[in-house]
Amino acid sequence: MNTKNYLVGIYNDEDVLLQAVENIRGKGIKIEEVYSPFPVHGLDDALGYKRSRLPIAAFLFGMTGTSLALLMQIWMLGFDWPMIIGGKNHVSLPPFIPVTFEMTVLFSALGMVATFLIVSDMKPYRWPKSFDLRSTDDKHVMAIDLGSNHLSKEEISSVLKSTGAEEVNEKNL
Amino acid sequence: MIAEEKYVFTSSTKSKIIYLALTGFILFGLGVFMAMRSTDHKGEGHASGEISTNLVASNEDAAGHTEEHTQAVEHHGSPVWLKRIYTSLWQNNIFFAGIGIIGLFFIAIQYASQAGWSAPIKRIPLAIGHWIPFSGILMLVLWFLVKGDLFHWTHSNLYVEGGKDFDEIIKGKSTFFFWPLAAGSFPLFYVFRMILFFALWYLFFTMIKKHMLEEDTDGGNEHWYSMRKLSAIFLIIFAVSSSVSAWDWVMSIDTHWFSTMFGWYVFASWWVTGLATITLIIVYLKSAGYLTVVTANHLHDLGKFVFAFSIFWTYIWFCQFLLIYYANIPEETVYFYQRMRVAPYSWIFFANVFLNFVLPFLLLMTRDAKRHISMLKVVCPIVIIGHWFDFYNMVTPGVMQGNGGIGFLEIGLGLVFMSAFLYVVLSSLTKFPLVAKNHPFMSESMHHHI
Repeated sequence: MNTKNYLVGIYNDEDVLLQAVENIRGKGIKIEEVYSPFPVHGLDDALGYKRSRLPIAAFLFGMTGTSLALLMQIWMLGFDWPMIIGGKNHVSLPPFIPVTFEMTVLFSALGMVATFLIVSDMKPYRWPKSFDLRSTDDKHVMAIDLGSNHLSKEEISSVLKSTGAEEVNEKNL
Repeated sequence: MIAEEKYVFTSSTKSKIIYLALTGFILFGLGVFMAMRSTDHKGEGHASGEISTNLVASNEDAAGHTEEHTQAVEHHGSPVWLKRIYTSLWQNNIFFAGIGIIGLFFIAIQYASQAGWSAPIKRIPLAIGHWIPFSGILMLVLWFLVKGDLFHWTHSNLYVEGGKDFDEIIKGKSTFFFWPLAAGSFPLFYVFRMILFFALWYLFFTMIKKHMLEEDTDGGNEHWYSMRKLSAIFLIIFAVSSSVSAWDWVMSIDTHWFSTMFGWYVFASWWVTGLATITLIIVYLKSAGYLTVVTANHLHDLGKFVFAFSIFWTYIWFCQFLLIYYANIPEETVYFYQRMRVAPYSWIFFANVFLNFVLPFLLLMTRDAKRHISMLKVVCPIVIIGHWFDFYNMVTPGVMQGNGGIGFLEIGLGLVFMSAFLYVVLSSLTKFPLVAKNHPFMSESMHHHI
């Protein structure tokens, strides 16, 4: 597997971090990812992340559930094994609604979880890469992919230091 | 710190509301004229009345009492056009009373749940709550006006044992209306409840309002704590009173029929209408340049409320419908039979689900739709009109049977009520600052971000 060459900046304070993210992006340096031990308000905006498209996936999975549930019930109760229940028509919509609702919820929920795991690269036996384990404890960790930036390692390193990074390490992942 | 912001009820807004009321009155007059003519000249209304009698009578074997019920309605009572006016008055007053009381309910929910986001918008529901006393007085006056035509159970001959109109089922329910007096006399318990509920709602409204306005001058957290306490007590009272008032004012029109979901159903309809009204007024104030502290994040929350409770209403509506549909017991299905098979209720019945579920569900589903004023300006009126039809279908079929109609008369009265409601709400809005000054959560709300 190809490894990439990263420069990792360690920050102690979230206000410094937010300021740093803005400065670094202002200088045209691309930030691959920032890891923080707790949610930092405004970090998504500062990093310029686009909104997640997960809701669209949820909608599509939900629609799949709705149609499958209706098809299943119409086929089972209307064609495969028609039964008279309470004198109703074989295919009548109102009794199908609860099952359809549940299937919609089930499909969209499971589909969203699966989509999220796949998109975030959290498949089984695929351990996520960690730039610095302290990002799970008390430090904010900023990863910059040297390959995708045209500035040299030394230049980026000095920018990181000037924005308040406590340490700047190099890491291959 | 925010500069004090006050709403100015301009004369152009005032004249718009007065024109709206005039339009309503003209339509109403036209509608009454048309309704009087159509019942005077030909038996069109009467013919459809017979259809409904036949429809109801076809269920007679299983529920013999429905026939008596229908005939009692056919035999006595006011002429059709007058009944239409009474029904429409009653429906409109219940609809707008609901919006008014939801103003207070919204505030109470915010304080009891210690919500921070809503700090700058609470003055709008407060203004809406000013409709409570007006609707209370109207309700009481109207009740004495319409009781003979709307409320079948008020007729004393139903309770004479051995009489030809004796109705055992209604007799069984009589305590709920007439206690402690004898069945068929003055419905003391019923009228007492009506006065008590409005009195309690108004009492809590004035107490909470007093604290809200005193907080502006005094500051501190004491008022907030008192309001949280008052809100919690009010919510318990409202839980009971909203259900009982739904049985009293709406469900008892169809005296033989009952549904255990009905209290929730009326509440759900009121609540989502109230939320849509609050949102719509905020959106209009914002586009007129007021409420600068209200951001897209607050609109997002309001939009979520309208979206969520449209679904909640549908859930309650469907719970009531599915069980009755599935069990198929004639004395229960007669309610839906009337509404699904008799014109004009049948198209309203299906339009109801479309306007109150399908449209808000699809239109407000995305994040952007809830955050943009233009979309809220489309969806909120749809929800309000949809629930007006919802109440139309709750009240009218039980009274008018096959003679019901929806035309200039109903729409005109709706406009008259709407303009009165708007006039009261907007003129109350001028009496206090639009945004609370010393609300403890104001800073939290200004950093609200979703």
